[in-house]
Amino acid sequence: MNAVQQVPQALLDLDTPLLQVRGLTRLYGPDKGCQDVDFELYPGEVLGIVGESGSGKSTLLSLLSGRCVPDRGGVSYRTTEGDWLDLYSASEAARRTLLRTEWGFVEQNPRDGLRMGVSAGANIGERLMAQGSRHYGQLRQAGLDWLQQVEIDAARIDDLPRTFSGGMQQRLQIARNLVSGPRLVFMDEPTGGLDVSVQARLLDLLRGLVRELNLAVVIVTHDLAVARLLADRLMVMRRSRVVEAGLTDQLLDDPQHPYTQLLVSSVLQP
Amino acid sequence: MSLQHSVAQAQGYNFAYLDEQTKRMIRRALLKAVAIPGYQVPFGGREMPLPYGWGTGGMQLTAAILGHDDVLKVIDQGADDTTNAVSIRRFFARTANVATTTRTPEATVIQTRHRIPETPLSHGQIMVYQVPIPEPLRFIEPSENETRTMHALGDYGVMHVKLYEDIATFGHIATAYAYPVTVDDHYVMDPSPIPKFDNPKLDMSPALMLFGAGREKRLYAVPPYTKVESLDFEDHPFAIQRWEQRCALCGSGDSFLDELIVDDRGTKRFVCSDTDYCTQHLSEQEAGQ
Repeated sequence: MNAVQQVPQALLDLDTPLLQVRGLTRLYGPDKGCQDVDFELYPGEVLGIVGESGSGKSTLLSLLSGRCVPDRGGVSYRTTEGDWLDLYSASEAARRTLLRTEWGFVEQNPRDGLRMGVSAGANIGERLMAQGSRHYGQLRQAGLDWLQQVEIDAARIDDLPRTFSGGMQQRLQIARNLVSGPRLVFMDEPTGGLDVSVQARLLDLLRGLVRELNLAVVIVTHDLAVARLLADRLMVMRRSRVVEAGLTDQLLDDPQHPYTQLLVSSVLQP
Repeated sequence: MSLQHSVAQAQGYNFAYLDEQTKRMIRRALLKAVAIPGYQVPFGGREMPLPYGWGTGGMQLTAAILGHDDVLKVIDQGADDTTNAVSIRRFFARTANVATTTRTPEATVIQTRHRIPETPLSHGQIMVYQVPIPEPLRFIEPSENETRTMHALGDYGVMHVKLYEDIATFGHIATAYAYPVTVDDHYVMDPSPIPKFDNPKLDMSPALMLFGAGREKRLYAVPPYTKVESLDFEDHPFAIQRWEQRCALCGSGDSFLDELIVDDRGTKRFVCSDTDYCTQHLSEQEAGQ
């Protein structure tokens, strides 16, 4: 009886969007920034945002993650309790709580996302401590578990992030974000600045974690290969507007908009 | 009696050095600080006739609260007879002509650099602390704007990051002074660089605690009978320092001890850091014999 009732509930959860974006606009000048962006993001879905430099990808990401206030439009997020939270009418306290519990943000440069002055273990434990965990043993265990998950030697738990390589720092940043069990993670060029083999390993890891934890991800990238590998859906941005959106394979194999065609054809095919 | 009125009052200065407008401004800030325990109130810090770092913040608070009938005690690391203590005591004796003392129970205002007297404080006494860096979050968050938001939202997770680092590095919480506390279940406060040995004395103290940072131009307060809790972990609870030795002078086993090197061969002695407590303890023993 119970099982019968629970199944529709679980299905409903996957069928209801996690994030609703309506007419989101923030302009720094004519066609500089991003404008009139609408989309919905479902639980467990990976949305890629691609486009050239200056097309408004990162602005959009900051707007989505509550880091800068839009000129127009709104972002609503469905919390674990099932209520809709309007990001920009909510209090700053609520936004901050969201950002360190149900959300994660992976910066392009791990130095921006990590605390460079404290050890890897403390970096991983920080979110848990902010949520009120006051047991050193448990924090330590969480740190060890997550280092293992992101393929960093557990013996390095007390080392400072600055002694890590770029790829390790990026993986540590991912661990630091995922430790609180978020439902939605924003990533700003997570593989930028890494060499190709390290990129491949990081992408492999990310893909595994995203599937395993059923994360919804908004990933900004200018690398179409990254988008192809990770994203379920793509949005192509140009001059502050979304010019084309659709399923990744469809969009990359059969681009409709002239700019998308240009973008796809500009990639060297190995 | 140890009350002293020995120094002649200096001419040409207002009572307690600062002008009345400045004192009113500081008192207004102090009222706000007392009303919101642990909250850092900005104030228009003035130049004092001694360098920053020598207790200018504490001196401005003392000047603002001092009255004709007050009895002032000044200590520096527990001692009444070190340079900083002597010069500040003399300063107020000259500019305010107030009585000074070295006895803790006789004093109404005690300005202190980094100790709380061992003798329990009583109702009606005021402690004035000299604070170098008032912001407990500063070590991890350099932005003032950000730390203020963190205080406002009670976003104090990072405080435990520091304690975590201590345990990870040293196996125990190695922070020995300026040990962060939560005041009245709300604001996290830096109790100035007092040893953590003194932290429990802040909790539910009958005395009023005022903290002044001259360089940073901030003051904050802990009103009497306010709950003050030291931060810790469940499996690494807060603990104060303990010594195997006793005081070499008075034999006290429960006061904060200073380690002294007494000769060139490295011979060590431990003596009370609180000189008044040590003297009193010693004279009680002599009277008892």
